[in-house]
Amino acid sequence: MAILEIKNLHVSVDTEAGSKEILRGVDLTIRSGETHAIMGPNGSGKSTLAYSIAGHPKYQVTQGEILLDGENVLEMSPDERARAGLFLAMQYPVEIPGISVSNFLRTAKTAIAGEAPALRPWIKEVKEAMTNLKMDSAFSERSVNEGFSGGEKKRHEILQLELLKPNFAVLDETDSGLDVDALKIVSEGVNRAQVANDMGVLLITHYTRILKYIKPDFVHVFVAGKVAEEGGPELAERLEAEGYDRYLD
Amino acid sequence: MEQHSHGAGIPLQVRSERSRSVNPSDFPAISIRDEQWRYLPAERLDGLDRELTFFSGSLEGLSLKETTNESCGNIGLPEDLIASQVWALGQVKLIELFNGQETGLLTISNNASKQGLQFLIKNEKFAKNTVILNHVGSGSLAEVIEIDVADESDLTVISIQNLDDDAVITSSQFAKLGRNSRFKHIVVSIGGKTIRLVPTVTFAGEGASVEMLGAYFANGDQHIEHRPFVDHNTANCSSNVAYKGALQGAKAHTVWVGDVLIRQAAEGTKTYELNRNLLLTDGARADSVPNLEIETGQIEGAGHASASGRFDDEQLFYLQARGIPELEAKRLVVKGFLNEVISQIGSPELENELNALIEAKLEGKK
Ligand SMILES: Nc1ncnc2c1ncn2[C@@H]1O[C@H](COP(=O)(O)OP(=O)(O)OP(=O)(O)O)[C@@H](O)[C@H]1O
Ligand SMILES: [Mg+2]
Repeated sequence: MAILEIKNLHVSVDTEAGSKEILRGVDLTIRSGETHAIMGPNGSGKSTLAYSIAGHPKYQVTQGEILLDGENVLEMSPDERARAGLFLAMQYPVEIPGISVSNFLRTAKTAIAGEAPALRPWIKEVKEAMTNLKMDSAFSERSVNEGFSGGEKKRHEILQLELLKPNFAVLDETDSGLDVDALKIVSEGVNRAQVANDMGVLLITHYTRILKYIKPDFVHVFVAGKVAEEGGPELAERLEAEGYDRYLD
Repeated sequence: MEQHSHGAGIPLQVRSERSRSVNPSDFPAISIRDEQWRYLPAERLDGLDRELTFFSGSLEGLSLKETTNESCGNIGLPEDLIASQVWALGQVKLIELFNGQETGLLTISNNASKQGLQFLIKNEKFAKNTVILNHVGSGSLAEVIEIDVADESDLTVISIQNLDDDAVITSSQFAKLGRNSRFKHIVVSIGGKTIRLVPTVTFAGEGASVEMLGAYFANGDQHIEHRPFVDHNTANCSSNVAYKGALQGAKAHTVWVGDVLIRQAAEGTKTYELNRNLLLTDGARADSVPNLEIETGQIEGAGHASASGRFDDEQLFYLQARGIPELEAKRLVVKGFLNEVISQIGSPELENELNALIEAKLEGKK
């Protein structure tokens, strides 16, 4: 049983007008196997939270802690966090020209496992994972995310999730831009990874439709840089019906 | 980290006014006071600026014809002392490319000092061909290459510099593009102590287009210099120049001087030139100078970009977020960056060999 704790997290970014506080005291605890959904208006800081957990250098933590099984995550570089078992499926995955998906996946797997995977079983595993996500095998020879459609990029994120087997995954709007079939395929990938690794999931989304496939144990309403309300799955239904008006003043 | 980037500005010497001659006595001794040689001290040339003898190494692959260079010079003329000395040797290797021939590899293997070698490459009308000039070996070699791209033809010339650590090469490569022709020039400079390439493109007819690509990687005390020049002397032609470099080690030095001249007659020209350098370590020096001279207002578009130094933070973060340590992430980005050009060679063996060499250099094994 692993535990990811976020305590009183304050995060700022540098802007042309000086430092701007975006997260204003986030508290959140996720245990192995749990699924937490985060919903909140545009600009409320959801991606900022996701990036801060993953250690993006643009975001400065000014107060608070992130602990993974009691270890101070904030002292770790982004790659150390990944090797410690954290994964971020990005809202906007980055293109890496000239590096093939297969080379990238093998390099990442080697970094995370600490040794190169045995070639044959690895090729088989990648192939199976791609088939499950209905990704054409031609993707493995294309450059990372280059020229991928929005939905293809998201599938590629979940492909990595399944292959890298983290303990905790933050999914930042993985459902945005997916058609109905892709939504189901991608959700099944997340569920497979969760079962296989007893993974804790932090699912950032604007829509309840993904919650039909990935059932949240908890729903957090995120407003103005912090959690404004917490509840069970029924909270998501209410947000969809009523919007965020009652949290905004 | 030292970065050198200059805006377009006025070039120190207008490129169009550079003197051309087949006679070595018309050129002064090589000096860093001369714009052409300002980054490259003569000591690094292993005597190429003194006397040359005709190439005694091996040429394997493509079939060649030996002839004198009396009828040469329609495409380009020497613009420096070394090239004029090559010319003075009087011999040329002729490569004739016909329709339906496709790819030809020529391995140019040198092992002696102060060697001069001249080529004339002719791509006949309607022909579509690729020529790979793979430079290997040691010693010092000065080359002059004329490339005749006939009307309506399509030619790719790839010049690979994969020489030993102590080798020196200079190469002046002139191409003239016929009406509606298409020319692609790819340069990959990886191995050699001193590498200096001056590829020049001019036009003999309207509707032609040229793409000039380059990839280079300097480490140790390598000096790698490229000076592409596109002379838009004809209307309605287009050019796209893109060179990418990587540097590692405090003594590595690269130079890119990209000249584009749009003459009065060259209405409807479209051109873009770009140079990007990634510096893996502090102290490495990447000089990058784009020069755009425009003599007519009637052009379709002209632009340039030059950037040296920084890696893209988002790319590095993405790789790090997948467990890959920062240094390895940078190496991966460099490999991809150069592979975008290398993957266009079209020969899996050569591509693998070059990528393996880049990997060895990145890991400090070469
Ligand atoms: N460099 C920056 N300069 C100024 N403001 C910034 C900067 N980076 C982020 N912000 C602001 O921080 C706020 C939070 O952004 P964030 O991307 O975390 O929102 P979000 O909740 O993920 O929104 P969305 O639902 O649209 O994805 C936004 O108002 C954004 O404009
Ligand atoms: Mg967001």
